[in-house]
Formats: sequence, C-alpha cells, structure tokens
Amino acid sequence: MWMRLMPSTDHPTSPDLMNQRFSLLLIGLAGLVVAFVPLPAQPIAPQARTFQIDARQYAYFPSELQVNQGDTVTIQLVSTDVVHGLYVDDYDISVEADPGQTSTLTFIADKPGSFRFRCNVTCGAMHPFMIGRLTVGTNNWLYRSIGLATLAVLGTLISIKQKA
Amino acid sequence: MAKIELTRIPFIKNALKSRYPQLAVFIVMLVGYIFAILAGLIGTPVGSHNFSIVFVWIAWWAVLILVAVPFFGRGWCSVCPIPLPGEWLQRGAILSPPDKKPKWLNLRVPKMFRNIWLQNISFLLLALFSSVLLTTPNITGIVLAAMLFAAIGLSTIFERRAFCRYLCPVGGFIGLYSQTAPIELRIKDKQVCVSCDGKPCYNGSSAGYGCPWDVFPGGLSKNTYCGLCMECIRTCPHDNIAVNLRSFSADLAKPSTRMDEAFKAFIMLGSAMIYAGVLLGPWGVFKDAAYNVGTSAWFAYAVIFLAIIFGILPGLFTLGILKGKSSLPLKQRFASLATALIPLGLMFWVAFSLSFVLTNASYIIAALSDPLGLGWNLFGTANAVWQPMLTSILAPAQTLALVGGLIWSARTAQKAANEVRVSSVPTIVYGFILTLIMFWLLL
Repeated sequence: MWMRLMPSTDHPTSPDLMNQRFSLLLIGLAGLVVAFVPLPAQPIAPQARTFQIDARQYAYFPSELQVNQGDTVTIQLVSTDVVHGLYVDDYDISVEADPGQTSTLTFIADKPGSFRFRCNVTCGAMHPFMIGRLTVGTNNWLYRSIGLATLAVLGTLISIKQKA
Repeated sequence: MAKIELTRIPFIKNALKSRYPQLAVFIVMLVGYIFAILAGLIGTPVGSHNFSIVFVWIAWWAVLILVAVPFFGRGWCSVCPIPLPGEWLQRGAILSPPDKKPKWLNLRVPKMFRNIWLQNISFLLLALFSSVLLTTPNITGIVLAAMLFAAIGLSTIFERRAFCRYLCPVGGFIGLYSQTAPIELRIKDKQVCVSCDGKPCYNGSSAGYGCPWDVFPGGLSKNTYCGLCMECIRTCPHDNIAVNLRSFSADLAKPSTRMDEAFKAFIMLGSAMIYAGVLLGPWGVFKDAAYNVGTSAWFAYAVIFLAIIFGILPGLFTLGILKGKSSLPLKQRFASLATALIPLGLMFWVAFSLSFVLTNASYIIAALSDPLGLGWNLFGTANAVWQPMLTSILAPAQTLALVGGLIWSARTAQKAANEVRVSSVPTIVYGFILTLIMFWLLL
C-alpha cells in the first residue's frame, strides 16, 4: 500500500480532481459532525462527592478529580505550607486556604469536560504552574479532537492516493 | 499564491530604506530590554509581579510565538535590541556611513561553528533550566544581561552578527520557523546579482553595511538565515531587493538536508511536548524535578528531557522511515522528511502558548503600573485581579492549532517525500501520534 502511495509528479485528470474534491468535501462534512454534533448525556444520577485536596508548593494531592455531570462537588482545600488557592477554569469559582487551615468550596458540576484548576494566590516561584485537572463526565472534546485529527490524516492520505 | 512585492509600495520601501524608523523601534526595544534586566535584578522576587517575567515570558513570548514568527518570520530579529550595542561598537557608528577600516578583531567565525548546533545547545541549556528561568526574576535578568554581553563580546572578536547567526538560543528556532511565514526578502533578478560589481549587499558600500547576517542575498532561497535587517535594501545599487508577501511555508517545498536543522525541529517539537506535560500538567512530581535544579530529581529530569529529544523522538522517526525503499542515504532522508516537523512543531508551540499566555495575561495589566513590584501604581492598574482570559475557547483554539498543524505537516511531508522519492505515510503517522499525545497533555 505504501508503494502505491509513492508520490507522483503527474497532475490529476479532471475526473480524479472531482473525486478528490468530493472525498475532501465528505471528510469536511464528517469533520463538522465530529466537532459539533451534540452527544447524548449519560443517564447517571447526580451524587454528592467530597474531595480533600492537600495543597503545597506547587502541587495538589490528588491532582486529578473525576466526577459525573450534575454531581454536587465539595472540595476541602488544605494548605500544608503557605497560603494557596484553588480556581476552577470556566466555572470561574475559587477558594483560598491559609496554612494548616481547611477551606471548603461547593459547586454543582453542570458543565461537562476537562477543566484545569489552579492556584490563584501567589505562592512562590512556580505558582503559575500549580495546576490540577477536574474531569466532569466524559472529556468529549478530547475525543472530538482525536476524531478531527484522524479525519485530517485520512483526508491527506486520500489526497495523496488520488494524486498517485 | 502569486507573490506580492511589498517594496513596490513607496511608503513601505521608503520606511525600510530609511534607517530612522528602525532606529526608533530599536531604541524603544533596547530601553525595554535594559529595563527588563534591571527589573529582574532589583525588582520584586515575585515573578508574577515583576516586569522581567511578565513582559518577557508572557507579553513578548505571546507576541513572538503567536504573531511575529507565524506571520513575519524573522520580523522579531529585525527589531531585536540584543545585537545593537555590539554592532555599534563593532562599526564605531550608529547611523553614519560605514568606515572601510574594520574595527576590533573582525575575524571570520571558524567553519566548524558555521551551523546552528551552538544555537541548539544554547536553547537546550536554557530549556533545561526553564522552570527557574521562567519564574525567577533575577535569573531572567542575569540571562538577558548575559545574552547582551555575549553579543557585545562576539562582535568585538568576529565580523558581523556572530551572536545572532550562530549562538542566539531564540534566533535558532525563529530561523527554523520563519520558513513557514508568508513574508520573505529575496532578489528580483538573479542576473543582476551575477553581474553586480563588488557585491555591496554582502561587502558593504558607502550606502550601508555588508549583510550583518553573513548572507549573500543573491543566493537566498529560504528565510532561515536572513534576519530581515534591511541593510541590503539600502546597499543594493540596482534596486534588486524585494520584500514579498507569499504563501505560507513556501520555503518548505524544498526540504533541508542539514542535520543541525533537522535536530532543531526535534528539539523544538520535543520541548513543546515536555513543557505541556511538566508545566501545564497536573503532575507535581515533574514540576518539583524541573524546578529544583541541582538535585538528583533535576538530573533525572534533564536526562529524560535529553533522551526524549535526542533519542526517543528521532529514534522512532528513524524507525518509521527506515523501511522505505530509496537509493538516498538514510541521513538525507531523515533530514529531508524532518522538514515536515517544522509546521507541526510551530503549531505545538502555539497550542502550548495559548494556554500559558491566556491564563497569565492579566498579570501584564498589574505589572504595567507596578513593574518592579515596589508598590507603585503608575496607571491605576496595580491592583488588577488575576483572571484567566477566554478559557472557554481555549480548548477549541488548541484543537484548531494542533489539527491545522497536523494537516500542514502532512502536506509538507508529502512535498518532502516527493523530493527524496519515498513514501510520506510514516512521517504523517508519526505526526499524527505526536498530535494525539499533545491532545492528551493539553485538553
């Protein structure tokens, strides 16, 4: 197969060009479907979930949280050294904890996807990179992106094959 | 896309031929650069409140990687202040016509160094210490000062801009990625250059200096080593130099055969992936290792960093292209097909930087009013609250950049494969796998 994909300097004839354009159009349409078609929500009953997160320069433990969409999430932030914060991207909510103290943040995880949470109180040199990850339901955007990349490669290979 | 000659527009041509507009920008940049050094050395040690960190690693980096390199290639090099003091010293002048007598030693850079291996090494040296460099103002101040003094030192020993051409850690990757930019400086008619007496564009004349980048414009076929300093536009007696708008990545149609450039592509690609995992990932153990320079964890990090860049990435790439039937030596196939990693790497950096820059851009507003972190409030914005920007469109924008980079890379792979008469499929699959890893790290 690879040899058949060896490049050629010949220009495609008109029917080939039409075929190529049609294939690329189909792939483009498939790309739109992959990127934008809404996916059915998973029917999982919402739960109350509580996480204790220990914060220290420059990491959270645990640093990755997984909940279902609709869950009521309570984060108990415990700082073990200096003042730390926890800000959740996109949810635009935050909490701060003094050293040795516990602060609580409760919210409903109503937006699906993957979100970084990060320290929002300057806590030292590596503060901008003190990051964790919250995944609500399935990280559909990751799978959509993989689908788009696959289609992109497929489109390129078809284009190469039709030129050969 | 047909080329559009921008220098046909009188306003642009006059602005480029005159030294004054460029000098004005140079002076602003040099003042900013020196202020960044001072801020790093005497300002607050809190990076997110210090001009040196906020304006160099957030503001400048955003402009460089998201705008300047993709759209203007070496546009940054044309206004970079680092070579200026050394160049002025070397010439004994700032604006006056060149003196025929060479100042200082004016030696030619030894042949063994006339490549970008030193730039590869200097970039990697900074990359290994990047967690400290990006976050610690006095280290940033010291590194910026060291670059300035290195440029001055090399200008007194070697001819032209030896620092920019052979040592600058930033210039190496700007040159590599400038091949993708839709702008170029080229000659209009080769015959004019062939018959031109004295080659003033390279040797200098009363109208200006010989090419500071040690490039003969008549032989220019790609952007990599042209610093867009515009000196040749001033010296060409035949009006034979043009700045053109062109299609993106026009230079990549003719793949490189140089190993230093091929490895530069791997260095940049690997660094973007490592940074995405270490700096933006949720794994504290990697951040600790990267930050605690000198510890055994840091040495392990450094070994893994170098192993990924010099072993795993090029090793897997070589395995992929090994089986292809070709009469060309493997080394040549390797270097040529690695051209496909240039657009891929650029878009990896764009995707990584979007996350880093949008999250931290709000520090710029506060640092404007209090650049040294000394409690000033020059513009009333010193107390601006940190707030990530545009986080809701960040993931789609990163996907767009990464998928766009993959398509761009695949098309480049096809052209490179055409040149060396092998299949492009292994290179495309390689780019696809690396893109999936970046999705996993960033999304």
